[in-house]
Amino acid sequence: MEQPGRTMLAKIWDQHVIARISDDTDLLHVDRHLLHDLGGSRGLLDLKSRGLTVHNPELTFATPDHAISTAHGRAGTIKIGLELLTALRVETTASGIRLFDIDEPGQGIVHVIGPELGLSLPGCLIVCGDSHTCTHGGLGALAFGIGSSELTHVLATQALIQRRPKTMRVRFEGKLPPGITAKDMILALIGHVGAAGGTGYAVEYAGSAIRDLPVEGRLTICNLSIELGAKIGMVAPDDKTFEYIRGRVYAPQGEMWAQAVEAWRRLPSDPDAVFDREVVIDVAGIEPQVTWGISPEHVIGIDGHIPDPQATSDPERRAALQTALDYMGLEAGAPIAGTPVNWVFIGSCTNSRLSDLRAAAEIARGRKVAPGVRAWIVPGSETVKRDAVAEGLDKIFTEAGFEWREPGCSMCLAANGETVAPGQRSVSTSNRNFIGRQGPRARTHLASPASAAAAAIAGAIADVRTMER
Amino acid sequence: MPKPFGKLTAVAAPIMRSNIDTDVIIRIERLVGNGIRGSLGKWAFGSLRYLPDGSENPEFILNRAPYREAEILVTGPNFGCGSSREGAVWALQERGIRAVIGSSFGDIFFANCFQNGILPVVVDKAIVDGLAAEIELTQGAGRIGIDLEAQTITSPTGKQHRFEIDPRRRAGLLEGLDEVALTLQRDDEIRSFQAADRNQRPWIHFAGKQS
Ligand code: SF4
Repeated sequence: MEQPGRTMLAKIWDQHVIARISDDTDLLHVDRHLLHDLGGSRGLLDLKSRGLTVHNPELTFATPDHAISTAHGRAGTIKIGLELLTALRVETTASGIRLFDIDEPGQGIVHVIGPELGLSLPGCLIVCGDSHTCTHGGLGALAFGIGSSELTHVLATQALIQRRPKTMRVRFEGKLPPGITAKDMILALIGHVGAAGGTGYAVEYAGSAIRDLPVEGRLTICNLSIELGAKIGMVAPDDKTFEYIRGRVYAPQGEMWAQAVEAWRRLPSDPDAVFDREVVIDVAGIEPQVTWGISPEHVIGIDGHIPDPQATSDPERRAALQTALDYMGLEAGAPIAGTPVNWVFIGSCTNSRLSDLRAAAEIARGRKVAPGVRAWIVPGSETVKRDAVAEGLDKIFTEAGFEWREPGCSMCLAANGETVAPGQRSVSTSNRNFIGRQGPRARTHLASPASAAAAAIAGAIADVRTMER
Repeated sequence: MPKPFGKLTAVAAPIMRSNIDTDVIIRIERLVGNGIRGSLGKWAFGSLRYLPDGSENPEFILNRAPYREAEILVTGPNFGCGSSREGAVWALQERGIRAVIGSSFGDIFFANCFQNGILPVVVDKAIVDGLAAEIELTQGAGRIGIDLEAQTITSPTGKQHRFEIDPRRRAGLLEGLDEVALTLQRDDEIRSFQAADRNQRPWIHFAGKQS
């Protein structure tokens, strides 16, 4: 009998098996371990307290992002944030781990700097104590978030015990309408299959609309895999991927580059590979997406209306919708467009790369942030910041009344006192609209960078297509 | 190293909303800093348990008798979705929770439970709904029994349900194994994998060091 085709997940997985633990569980080699300020020093201290050392410091990289202030001069970094930063410096130095420190090229949100530095590569197994590690799958890496115990395990052994997930392929087919971005594609998918639609799966995104996307858009798509319930998301590497990686600081060079590309070309799923679940989305029908509730699955098109709990007969669902409406302070049946906003946050590992800032600047150019709205631009990394400044994007933003800040996670998780005040409404390019995510009782609407910029200008949730030039 | 888990009979609290995320289980500012362990129990489900003025919300189930004593949660689908923060598990644990029963869980949360000796039990949604209904019928007085060895749950009215669990994880919980120490026993295998891989995929191992 002929061998059935293999998925990209299976190919990459098998390359990393150090030992079989059971039928479906393996000890896998970790190629890249990324540490951040929130959990990095804790893991290193935990290791030390057990009398152990870092197995492969040269495969481990660190940067502060979560708990540092993004104000100029990092003014106002909270005391605990500073302690975490100091501990990260001390412990990475003691262990021989490369730290990309603040103000240094290379510092930034951990999922922005991995691809940007050429640390994240196709076929690479990447872990980080952060659930959005799935982002790196946009380059064809096998990347996923881990908890603190697993983090300590990886530090000590450079390996991890994992159960092989089921596989799901999502094919985005067709031509993306003007003004629609990768963020709209992935939010539309989450709306379609639900926030638990990918639980237990590794998701491969495929189809013509994915092939058409630039690498940064693919990173955005993979970033929200966890919001679909899937801890792994990936896109097959292609020439665009290789062009994106070529010449980056940690990318292979010369003969090694040729050797690597040859290996990477063998990674995509075989044409006859079988997935446990398949979903097809026609992108031609996607509108700009915006969330209205407290889960990313609470998402509608910009022309849509806020759902009415009374319209569903399932009592559990009705109660859930009502909880969401109450928390968000919205009225069932009202149009989402025109909802007034207090805050706009453009940043996070979802949407803080150069292409995101360009898209937002395109809307902001020559316009003004509406009175009463505070709008922040938080570049994803020091490199993104420098590139954006070189293009003059910072000027476009500040002239329009946006605040231009230093790289970090900032208001995505509000760990450093950068919060939306109770009851206030924000349009955010981040990935979670959970209760209290951007601060206690803060109300978050997720959208693309262009849509967020449009909301800042309009002072309300707005259809970006009416502002495009 | 987690405490071993064997049998448990305890008050169970149903929290049936879908997609209860890790931010709801524990807010991030409670997790910033070293030395946070031991203080998290009172912040578990903080946004649901407390009113804006800081007082307890009498409506929230874990604030009501007998559910205050709950050691088991019966949960809606996709419980623990969201972030990788192991603090979500620590907070539940410090609040006295030892097992969570649901039809599905966030993948990373699920793995984190085992690392801390908390048992997440996956059963069909119909069974979860049945358990919640029975608990409500007895107003929480009926206890749920969990026997990990036998892989069974006993409902408040005495119905038995079998659950499946990865044998390795089951053994880990029963014995309270230290996974790091176990893997380090395989260090020879790890090192020989790396030696071979350095030839296969040198770009992984010599990042930034090639001429
Ligand atoms: S930007 Fe937000 S989601 Fe991304 S790593 Fe930082 S806190 Fe996590």
